[in-house]
Amino acid sequence: MLSKRIIACLDVRDGNLAKSIKFVNTKDIGDPVAAARRYYEEGLDELVFYDITASSDNRSIMIDVVSRVASQVFIPFSVGGGLRTVEDCGKVLLAGAEKVNVNTAAVQNPQLIAEASCAFGAQCVVLSMDVRAVEPTPDIPSGYEIVIRGGRTPMGLDAIEWAKQGEDLGAGELVINSIDADGTRAGYELKLTRTIADAVSIPVIASGGGGRPEHLYNVLTEGHADAALVASILHYEEYTIRELKDHLHQRGVKVRMNW
Amino acid sequence: MNEIFIIDYKAGNLTSVKRALDYLEIRNKFVSSGDELHGAERIIFPGVGHAATAMAVLKERGFDVALREAFEQGTPIMGICLGAQIVLSHSDEGDTACLDLIEGNCLRFEPEDKSLKIPHMGWNAVAVTQPHPILKDLKPGDEFYFVHSYYPLPSDTSNIYATCEYESTFPAAIGYENLFATQFHPEKSGRIGLNLLHNFARWDGTV
Repeated sequence: MLSKRIIACLDVRDGNLAKSIKFVNTKDIGDPVAAARRYYEEGLDELVFYDITASSDNRSIMIDVVSRVASQVFIPFSVGGGLRTVEDCGKVLLAGAEKVNVNTAAVQNPQLIAEASCAFGAQCVVLSMDVRAVEPTPDIPSGYEIVIRGGRTPMGLDAIEWAKQGEDLGAGELVINSIDADGTRAGYELKLTRTIADAVSIPVIASGGGGRPEHLYNVLTEGHADAALVASILHYEEYTIRELKDHLHQRGVKVRMNW
Repeated sequence: MNEIFIIDYKAGNLTSVKRALDYLEIRNKFVSSGDELHGAERIIFPGVGHAATAMAVLKERGFDVALREAFEQGTPIMGICLGAQIVLSHSDEGDTACLDLIEGNCLRFEPEDKSLKIPHMGWNAVAVTQPHPILKDLKPGDEFYFVHSYYPLPSDTSNIYATCEYESTFPAAIGYENLFATQFHPEKSGRIGLNLLHNFARWDGTV
């Protein structure tokens, strides 16, 4: 049986580590390569880097970060943020990333998912989606709406429908990021995560709201997630990966305990 | 320690294997044709992708003949992922005739439990079923990173060295004489995975 994965999310701006809180304030807290290396040694299962660099002039800095991570971190990692074309995706894969993560660009141009999936294989393509709870409408029957541009632009698109469409287009995995839960550390959005996990047959990674070990337990059991994304609870050293895994292991969740 | 020749046949991202070997300070280089494989003292045969596509490129570049020659000469060879599948006689993926270095077939996962996802992707525990020098440091519960929809099934179970569970038991590492191959990715499996590459670099090709 596959182990449930703990994935650390590292937001990178101009080559430096940052953690967004409700996507409004960001505070740089160090070197992404050093952080990646430390988490790798501490037993992390997978990494995701989001490039939140504003200027496209500085995109090449990210390729350098990817390449340096790939030379010293030997677990899978994906890279997202600002990938608009198959060529953009190819660059980060060539630099050593295992997977690419597409979000806004995929909503604006769904064929990007199909093209990247065809070029690199479905297992390389992660569709990340930012979701906000809204009043259900005929267009958004689930009451979960897709938003883009870092949470600023609602799209009138139902999150459950978009998840299914993403799978049909060839995404190999989904990251479900709850804008409402992100940064609260009050727990993952269980209903959203479970609804999508039950609607698709590809792995689902829960994101946003993880603040305590039991939050991970809840989303990996009740939330039907295959993996949990964590950020601030690791970055601010509130818990170690060992502590998170011990908690899950003791409560009967299969996680990787040897490294 | 002799140099490892990495077979480059444009099957997926081969640089991760190179990076892992560089990190371990094991000399290595890519070779892109069967001719360049002559004189190789140690070979890694990686790859992800479709069996039929891979076989077509291997033949076009003369790797099919050169790999058989190297195998018959006793050169230590390690296959990874797709490299563990196309060393068998046949793959059900695209009904493809493969290299036939080990007799057997590759089958697609067909789990009865439809909640089990295909590809089998992520970390899973690997159990050693018979000793092998490359697997000598493995402990119960050690996990490796997998990404695959097909798995190798040698005709002779004595060619199976380790297994993994995904609803049912499937071979995770196979071998025959100087050929050893893993379905999982040691280069993406942390320190425990890197140790396998370390052991391969020092393996004399005997079991």
